[in-house]
Amino acid sequence: MQDTVKGATKGVTPSQTVGPFFKYGLTPDGKYDWNDAFTSNLITQDTSGERIRIEGGVFDGDGKPVPDAMLEIWQADAQGRFSDPQDKRALPNSAFKGFGRCGTDANGSYSFDTIKPGQVADPDGKPQAPHILLAVFARGMLLHLYTRIYFDGEGANAADPVLALVPADRRATLIATRKAGAGSAYHFDVRLQGDNETAFFDV
Amino acid sequence: MTLIYPTASNAAHPAHLSPAYRSSIKRAPQKPLIPMRHTLSELTGPVYGHETVRENDSDLTIQHKGEPLGERIIVHGHVLDEDGRGVPNTLLEIWQANACGRYIHVVDQHPAPLDPNFTGAGRAQSDASGYYKFVTIKPGAYPWGNHHNAWRPAHIHFSVFGHSFVSRLVTQMYFPGDPLFEFDPIFNSVPDETARMRMVSSFDLDNTKPEWALCYRFDIVLRGREATPMETK
Repeated sequence: MQDTVKGATKGVTPSQTVGPFFKYGLTPDGKYDWNDAFTSNLITQDTSGERIRIEGGVFDGDGKPVPDAMLEIWQADAQGRFSDPQDKRALPNSAFKGFGRCGTDANGSYSFDTIKPGQVADPDGKPQAPHILLAVFARGMLLHLYTRIYFDGEGANAADPVLALVPADRRATLIATRKAGAGSAYHFDVRLQGDNETAFFDV
Repeated sequence: MTLIYPTASNAAHPAHLSPAYRSSIKRAPQKPLIPMRHTLSELTGPVYGHETVRENDSDLTIQHKGEPLGERIIVHGHVLDEDGRGVPNTLLEIWQANACGRYIHVVDQHPAPLDPNFTGAGRAQSDASGYYKFVTIKPGAYPWGNHHNAWRPAHIHFSVFGHSFVSRLVTQMYFPGDPLFEFDPIFNSVPDETARMRMVSSFDLDNTKPEWALCYRFDIVLRGREATPMETK
């Protein structure tokens, strides 16, 4: 029955801000009397691939940390497959889910523990460089923003069809930098405004 | 069934910068968003999370020893795509203030009482037809610091996933006839009145339970439609 087209709706339900009080519902993180649906650690025991940590901060137009932001990531596994039946290549027993959620702390900081994704093809079948989708929600944001996290030192970045759409002087805002002395840790800041405003996508 | 997600549908959403909502001024991007074609990364999305939905998570009135104070209500409806098809098995998360307009969040310090029998968070999974149902307490209006004598209309926050990462929606459900609508910059950040009214639930007498609870219907339409509309037989 659910495949029956009832007739087009008049349009989508508009977005509203996540507001200042989402933490106890969406990112309780053990601090509230409510269990987490999602966490910032995507690694499961049987996950294959390079384990990485991505950490950084969210900053507003004054360069001040945003302590009430929520970040969500969506990514492929190390073989470039998504844990979604719409990706026909995905193995049904894949334990890696590819989705994570993290609220920023009092310093506007966040971190995700995950694996470096494999390459995913673009609509023409051309490989994209490894990337993670990032959605940014916060008080003051009426609609979440979408961006992508790419990886420093990744040769495929130069030929990535999406990075190529970003003005050359803004591409660096999408590239997580490998932290010195920590082989598996990357740094990625989200700047909502200003000279180094993160490049966001109209998707 | 493969859905497409035309960006034209995003016109229903508020602009990122809506100066009457002061907090948007320093948090809205100033450079244009960069258009791109959707790839498999955008067209897929998480299909889990519902396994963390526990029995009773969709009834916010039975999460504690006693019953919360306030007006018990039923909130139900369908999660739909833009063609009106139900979005099955998708996760809905809600959070809200108590009947006095107070959130349990530590940042909310406005002088209204907390209710020891009300957390104000709930989860549900839509069924095969996209239907969902919550039982809760009607939240109160509450003051905020946006401007002098600013009050938020009563609302329930909704977070919904849908079929892809670009169908993700966080919104607020309002109650019909709220006198605060015309003064609320968040509600009015949605420029089109018809679109704005899609955030307002409707009173549902047919599903109001006699002697027990008023019912409100709130259908949620997420992005996603067929590339070519199906022929009807």
